[in-house]
Amino acid sequence: MGILTTFKDWFGNDWGVHPDDRKRPAADAAVRVMPVPERLWLPLQQHLGAPARPVVLVGQRVKKGQLLAEAQGAVSAPVHAPTSGTVAAIAEITAPHPSGLTLPAIVVDADGADEWGERVGCADPFALAPDEIGRRVAAAGVVGLGGAAFPSSVKLAGAARAGVATLIVNGSECEPYLSCDDRLMRDAAAAIVDGIRIMRHASGAARVLVGIEDNKPEALAAMAAAAASCAEIRVCRVPARYPMGSEKQLIQALSGIEVPADSRPADVGVIVHNVGTALAVRAAIRDGQPLISRLLTVNGGCVVAPGNIEVRLGTLAADVLAFAGGLHGDGLGLARRLLGGPMMGMQIPHWRVPVVKGTSGILALAADEAAAGDADPCIRCASCVRACPVGLLPLEMSARIRNDALDAAAALGLADCIACGCCAYVCPSRIPLVQYFQHAKGELAARERARLRTDATRKLAAQRQERLAREASEKAAAAARRKAERAAQQSAAEKLVQGEPA
Amino acid sequence: MIAAVLSLTLLGALLGVVLGCADRFLRVEGNPLVDEIGALMPGSNCGQCGFPGCAGAAAAIVAGSAAPTCCPPGGKALAAAVAGRLGLAVDLSALADDGPQIAGVAEELCIGCCRCSKVCPTDAIVGAAKQIHNVLREACTGCANCVDLCPTEALLLQPVPPTLPHWVMPKPLGA
Amino acid sequence: MGELLLLLLSTALVNNVVLIKFLGLCPVMGVSKSMDGALGMGLATTFVITLAAGASWVLENWLLAPLGLGYLRILTFILVIAAVVQFTEMFIRKSSPGLYQSLGIYLPLITTNCAVLGVALLNVDQKFGLFRSLLYGFGSALGFTLVLLVFAGLRERVALARVPAAFAGAPIAFVTISLLALAFMGFSGLNVQEVSP
Repeated sequence: MGILTTFKDWFGNDWGVHPDDRKRPAADAAVRVMPVPERLWLPLQQHLGAPARPVVLVGQRVKKGQLLAEAQGAVSAPVHAPTSGTVAAIAEITAPHPSGLTLPAIVVDADGADEWGERVGCADPFALAPDEIGRRVAAAGVVGLGGAAFPSSVKLAGAARAGVATLIVNGSECEPYLSCDDRLMRDAAAAIVDGIRIMRHASGAARVLVGIEDNKPEALAAMAAAAASCAEIRVCRVPARYPMGSEKQLIQALSGIEVPADSRPADVGVIVHNVGTALAVRAAIRDGQPLISRLLTVNGGCVVAPGNIEVRLGTLAADVLAFAGGLHGDGLGLARRLLGGPMMGMQIPHWRVPVVKGTSGILALAADEAAAGDADPCIRCASCVRACPVGLLPLEMSARIRNDALDAAAALGLADCIACGCCAYVCPSRIPLVQYFQHAKGELAARERARLRTDATRKLAAQRQERLAREASEKAAAAARRKAERAAQQSAAEKLVQGEPA
Repeated sequence: MIAAVLSLTLLGALLGVVLGCADRFLRVEGNPLVDEIGALMPGSNCGQCGFPGCAGAAAAIVAGSAAPTCCPPGGKALAAAVAGRLGLAVDLSALADDGPQIAGVAEELCIGCCRCSKVCPTDAIVGAAKQIHNVLREACTGCANCVDLCPTEALLLQPVPPTLPHWVMPKPLGA
Repeated sequence: MGELLLLLLSTALVNNVVLIKFLGLCPVMGVSKSMDGALGMGLATTFVITLAAGASWVLENWLLAPLGLGYLRILTFILVIAAVVQFTEMFIRKSSPGLYQSLGIYLPLITTNCAVLGVALLNVDQKFGLFRSLLYGFGSALGFTLVLLVFAGLRERVALARVPAAFAGAPIAFVTISLLALAFMGFSGLNVQEVSP
């Protein structure tokens, strides 16, 4: 291990992988807008943090943009109606999650009128106080649209509190197949720059760096032209390399600052937002529009007409695919169904899964595109060590996890793993390294929950013992009191008896 | 002959005195490990392990007559912590089989006799006399103390349903 | 000074007590599952061997040799070693209950660790002075600890590897330590005599 670490120091700058990006021709096709489907499923949890709480009743009529479920807790986001219609039910739907478990969702039947509710826009966002912008962004339910779906207002408020100097806008879109951010930057560069300026105002950052990978020359040109009039916004070309779009990697590539393992970007004076988020923030502030739709990429060898489609949140992936022209041979050669990119996206069991705020793509991969085959034993080639962008030793960690030595894996830095998939991508033995790490992280989290539960149980048991002791002592005290009273009564009666003759 | 007997006797006596003195200064009262392990246990004295309370289980684990996995409410987390403290190797997979269970009340059968709530080690059962009782999911440890006492068999242990935030990615097969 | 260093080197590596003289194999096989336990065992044994080597020199030169009681050597040495081990056990139990638990039965078994008695007896044969005897004991113990640690490290790695079912457990451990013994034979190429003045 010592030797491996030494090698890591020698080849330290060689992180990441260069997968075939396969973004075109989908990236070059014009954006299509999908009409509102008849029925929309809006999961109450589309973001990181606590699930939202429904505020509508079944059967209630709602307008487009109306609040359906409110945020609860410090880190949460509300859910809004993507179109006008009726709340048909609050029911379970398969979650966009590899487990295939369900989660509660508000089901809205569209009435076809697509009629907006009340919207409060703002002509001059720069006159608003930064925390007022944060409040409006939170009310609009804007979350990070790059995939992690962290509530944007929490990030903006945290940035303003921590006094960050740099706002980094992530346009790198390093996942293969995906091109929705590319398309947004080509088509709506001016609006994105406006959104960036609003976010800069809200976060209090002095400078803005926009990072775009060099495999998107059209987007680079469009953004550079749109940002030409703003001196504080610099559009930077970064080399195409996966995972350039990972927060900490992009920060290091653009600003040279390395975010320490146990701290967040705001701790080193940086926040990162996605270009799509910038656009959503602009819509929320300028037009008062909550986040009810998003652009996503439909791609993969099985898709008849790949491209970028503007979709209302809550649309089922099956409907999106049907709109995109369906699958070749009705999905006969389908090998993997994915939400998100091929590296970090999640495999889903079927297509009846709703599009949520963090869904950046729907991929239907053919057999020749999906890595398959049984894993062979590790040959200790250390390709994964070189590929790991975080500087971990995936082969060592996975060997320990395979033997259930989770603490030993955690001691090697498992918590810093970003699950980017580089290690599994380069592994010549096709070892499902990321699955090992996800398993270990889940298992460690479950163990931590169990530990907290044991602590709580101990507290409850102690309180019960205390209660029993208190009750026993109260009972004893009451018995003693009664005894004393009886004794007093008796002696009084005796006195009375004795006194009578006198 | 005399020299040999004398020298060995003297040597033995000398070493005995030295060890006797050492015992004075280095004596350990009780077994600190038992207390340490006892502090890790849930402390609800539910009796699922088959020992009289958590202190008994801790003593048995330290003595080696019980496995670190003997505490169902503590689960894998406790087993791992105890094994780590004692330097033992444990087979955690033995615990994964049936998963955690908690008690549930069938409302249509409960007669509100209050027998169950009296024995619950964590006060997880609430309900007044002649009213339907209920189990607080967060507080129930699945000790089954209440199940046998219920006159109408309204209390049953049920497996905890998997939920999205509690889901754990399965370990890759083979490999 | 150089000579003392060579004595240390020759006892620790060239004449390694475990892998060349094949003494003390029982704790090496038993307490080498983890580095932590191996380090604790190594330190405890180092303490015992060094002390036993010194004590045996004192007994041999001040008691047994003057009185012509050479035939009581093993008996007296075992007596002293047992006392030292008892003391060590008490000390570890007091200072580190966790280590006490993890060493388990192997801690009192240091008494019957043939490396301890072996070093004491070999030491007497060398006819060293007191200081050299202590150094001889310490060097041997250092060699013991080194092998224990190296072997524990190897076993930690082997535990992660996929071993064929027939070899899992003790067999692969024996294969591993045999390879380690072969490697240590290489140290016999260090010709200590030539280097010393």
